[in-house]
Amino acid sequence: MPEYKHPASEQDFEQNFASIKPLMNATEAYYESSRCLFCYDAPCIKACPTEIDIPLFIRQINGNNPLGAAQTIYQSNHFGHACGKVCPTEVLCEGACVYNHQNVKPIEIGRLQSFATQKAINSNKKMFGLKPNNGKKVAIIGAGPAGISCACELRMNGFDVTIYEAKAQPSGLTVYGVAPYKITNQEVLEEMAYLQNQFGFTILYNHPIATKQDLQNLEQQFDSIFLGIGLGETSQIGILGEDLDNCFGAVEFIEQLRMEHHQVQVPQNVVVLGGGNTAMDAASECARMGSENVILAYRREKEAMGAYDFEYELAKTAGVKGLFNAQPIEIVGENGCAIGVKFVQTTTQNGQLKTIENSEFVVPCNWVIKATGQSKRVQFLQMIDGLELDSKKRIVINPNTYQTTNPRYFAAGDAVNGGKEVVNAVAEGRKAANAIVNCNL
Amino acid sequence: MANLFTNFAGIKSPNPFWLASAPPTNSGYQVMKAFDTGWGGAVWKTMGVPVVNVSSRYGGVNYRNNRLIGLNNIELITDRPLADNLREIEEVKKRFPDHAIIASLMVETREEWHQIVRDVENAGADGIELNFGCPHGMCERGMGSAVGQEPRVLKTIVEWVKEVAKVPVIVKLTPNISDITRPAIAAREGGADAISLINTIQSIVGVDIDNFVAYPIVDGKSTNGGYCGPAVKPIAMNMLKNCAQHPNVNLPLSGIGGIENWRDAVEFILLGAGNVQVCTAVMHYGFGIIREMVAGLSQYMDEKGFETINDFKGKALPNVLHWEDLNLKYKVVASINKDKCIGCQLCYTACEDGAHQAIGVLHNGDRVPYIKEENCVGCNLCSLVCPVEECITMERRDDATEVLSWKERTLANDIPTTFNDPRGGGVHHPVYLPNEAFETPKPVHYKA
Ligand SMILES: Cc1cc2nc3c(=O)[nH]c(=O)nc-3n(C[C@H](O)[C@H](O)[C@H](O)COP(=O)(O)OP(=O)(O)OC[C@H]3O[C@@H](n4cnc5c(N)ncnc54)[C@H](O)[C@@H]3O)c2cc1C
Ligand SMILES: Cc1cc2nc3c(=O)[nH]c(=O)nc-3n(C[C@H](O)[C@H](O)[C@H](O)COP(=O)(O)O)c2cc1C
Ligand code: SF4
Ligand code: SF4
Ligand code: SF4
Repeated sequence: MPEYKHPASEQDFEQNFASIKPLMNATEAYYESSRCLFCYDAPCIKACPTEIDIPLFIRQINGNNPLGAAQTIYQSNHFGHACGKVCPTEVLCEGACVYNHQNVKPIEIGRLQSFATQKAINSNKKMFGLKPNNGKKVAIIGAGPAGISCACELRMNGFDVTIYEAKAQPSGLTVYGVAPYKITNQEVLEEMAYLQNQFGFTILYNHPIATKQDLQNLEQQFDSIFLGIGLGETSQIGILGEDLDNCFGAVEFIEQLRMEHHQVQVPQNVVVLGGGNTAMDAASECARMGSENVILAYRREKEAMGAYDFEYELAKTAGVKGLFNAQPIEIVGENGCAIGVKFVQTTTQNGQLKTIENSEFVVPCNWVIKATGQSKRVQFLQMIDGLELDSKKRIVINPNTYQTTNPRYFAAGDAVNGGKEVVNAVAEGRKAANAIVNCNL
Repeated sequence: MANLFTNFAGIKSPNPFWLASAPPTNSGYQVMKAFDTGWGGAVWKTMGVPVVNVSSRYGGVNYRNNRLIGLNNIELITDRPLADNLREIEEVKKRFPDHAIIASLMVETREEWHQIVRDVENAGADGIELNFGCPHGMCERGMGSAVGQEPRVLKTIVEWVKEVAKVPVIVKLTPNISDITRPAIAAREGGADAISLINTIQSIVGVDIDNFVAYPIVDGKSTNGGYCGPAVKPIAMNMLKNCAQHPNVNLPLSGIGGIENWRDAVEFILLGAGNVQVCTAVMHYGFGIIREMVAGLSQYMDEKGFETINDFKGKALPNVLHWEDLNLKYKVVASINKDKCIGCQLCYTACEDGAHQAIGVLHNGDRVPYIKEENCVGCNLCSLVCPVEECITMERRDDATEVLSWKERTLANDIPTTFNDPRGGGVHHPVYLPNEAFETPKPVHYKA
């Protein structure tokens, strides 16, 4: 188990957060692409939410045509580079590769994808033939994967696109949320700059759409509006002590880590609450920042965790310890500061989670990180006339047209699917764009 | 225990593995090292009037991540003075008296041939190989393959050599000819003691598509070269078989062309080679490959109960027939082992697009294809593309009672003779209608 020391320099930080899918060099890409069988009706394509023609782009890499490969990739997925690095490929394309059935290492599709797209980004050659302007204007709220993917596709089809983004940088959670050992800020932003250059949409940063008036302005200026707003801040658990100092949400912690890791000083003992991928990331990140004792506490048994197995494995190799069947009932504080978490033990009987009487115990710690899910942006959404949300507060859409119950508004990404992966938001954003193209608004 | 000792046309060596005449046998230093590593013999880099070479000299053919499945060269014979070569031959022979040194020679006039044959014999060469094969540079000067392609000239030169030679004379043939047995027979008529084949095949291995020039590039220009390495093995083996089966050749044959491991050597021997020679594999991996070759050959012989090379030399020859003698009643069909199949569907697309539409796929998520036996002609293609060992096997479907060859059918006057003859083989074979091509479901990369 590696012991990470607090990174004292930029070099230390890079070492502690070294990429788990480093960029291939040309030789490695050539060798790896040589292994692809060029399967018929390839299962890897079907496992990719954006349905990239994987055997084709791998063959293009093998034929020394990385730009052609990148074109194949970008035709289906505008976050081709980021996806190659951040996708959970183990459960998507690589998990479907036929080599798994032969107990042979599957093709490293993600890394090949990043290899080819990196060449395109570096060359910055104009590769996409945009249709002439059709005079139609679309406003996009949110420059996340859903919004930008939608923008690229609309620009391909001759629409004028303006993106309104609350934050200072594009790509949404790709740069603000994904773990730094998957992708660096620079890598994300280079691809975003490349896309903007290729497709020529406008992004207005630090431009939250916050009021009813803002929305009405958009409705007047644009033919249609696309909502790619993602999810909000970490939700409250609803237990005592949550508002103590040193108890905060995972998404907020990670955002600070990504934006200003020099400012982040992690303490010795951290408890992370939750069993999803975000919990794994937050725990890993604390360990890599130098916390000696990171406990990942989940209220059910290990097998019930929502996180992918490989994400939990990754956290464990960073030194994180799991604590299962432990339900938090109070954040214990002293002088307004969290000093521990009080848990009660649980068990599952006939699928029902039960607490065990008199089994309370306290785990002392200096920080409590809640990775218990992101809230929906309900307040904002309620300002849009006639916009329906489902029982889980997800935006209701027509699955064929991505149109919301207000016909001027379309939506995709986390705000619709409740929170999946970058690749899902990209796929949906693109389909929504095509629906906008075909809907004659 | 297998005994690898060989006596090839009177030339003795501790094993059947010789280095072919080429850069690995350019100097005493190299041959000394090779013998020390375990090579049984060496055919010295062709000697004659020293040449001047160009740079660069080689071009390679890679297949995906495998380098040098073929190599092409525009090098000529030795560029070193004869005296140096002779002195080094003598030195190596002194140190390794039981190993074979064969002097490869290429000169022009009768006098030169007489002189050089005597010189190399005096230096201690155990045999002589006449290089009638070099397909570039030398042939334009009336030597090498210019001789090899002209049986009458070849015969005359062999006769000149035999006038003085006391050691066995091997004639090395060029494959750049339509019927390899013609120069082989000419060699025999001239008195040759053995034949070696093949030399390199005329080739262009590639073109620099940015600068519009073929490889290898010499100051922006190129020329055709000689092709060798694993890619030429099938061509070499066919020529070997032709010589081995021809009653008028009837000489010991030294097999050359793409040999790089023990298995290649066994295949050449089964097709009639009395020993083998290796060049490209050594240029690629060095002399050390001999260890694998010797160990593998011994093990194979022990397993099969062969004591000497002669015990299995030519053992596959009786089973190589003319096409017309093959049994038309023999019928195999492909069979897929569901448990081994990984679902790549390469067999499907190969048979569907490239053969006889005898494999089907389900569209219900089960990726294991199925064989439509009535369409299967037993061509093997699917089993060749399948990436899983022994997943697709060819199963016999005739009852093994009938034998009928094309020759027999011809004699019985039962062969198709007119354009729409109902006796044509494909007459009852199911074929889809052209328009059905549009109805077959196709995945993304079939869509333009
Ligand atoms: C901690 C964490 C780690 C993750 N790791 C991975 C991973 O490794 N791999 C992976 O594939 N996925 C990962 N994900 C999921 C992935 O990041 C999301 O699924 C994806 O970013 C969703 O894209 P989106 O465009 O729907 O929303 P977002 O990425 O959330 O983008 C929404 C954008 O809209 C902006 N916005 C919101 N409201 C407004 C407004 N009113 N006005 C203007 N702008 C607004 C936001 O500022 C933001 O930029 C992770 C998520 C989290 C939280
Ligand atoms: C660079 C090079 C030079 C060669 N020079 C000679 C030569 O001088 N004399 C000769 O008889 N054959 C020569 N050959 C042919 C080889 O001896 C051999 O016949 C041929 O390469 C096929 O064997 P391989 O596939 O093992 O390389 C040369 C081959 C190469 C690659
Ligand atoms: S986008 Fe993700 S799932 Fe699709 S091919 Fe790329 S890495 Fe695989
Ligand atoms: S399944 Fe694997 S081998 Fe087949 S095409 Fe996809 S990446 Fe290549
Ligand atoms: S080629 Fe082999 S492994 Fe692939 S689908 Fe056919 S039988 Fe299965």
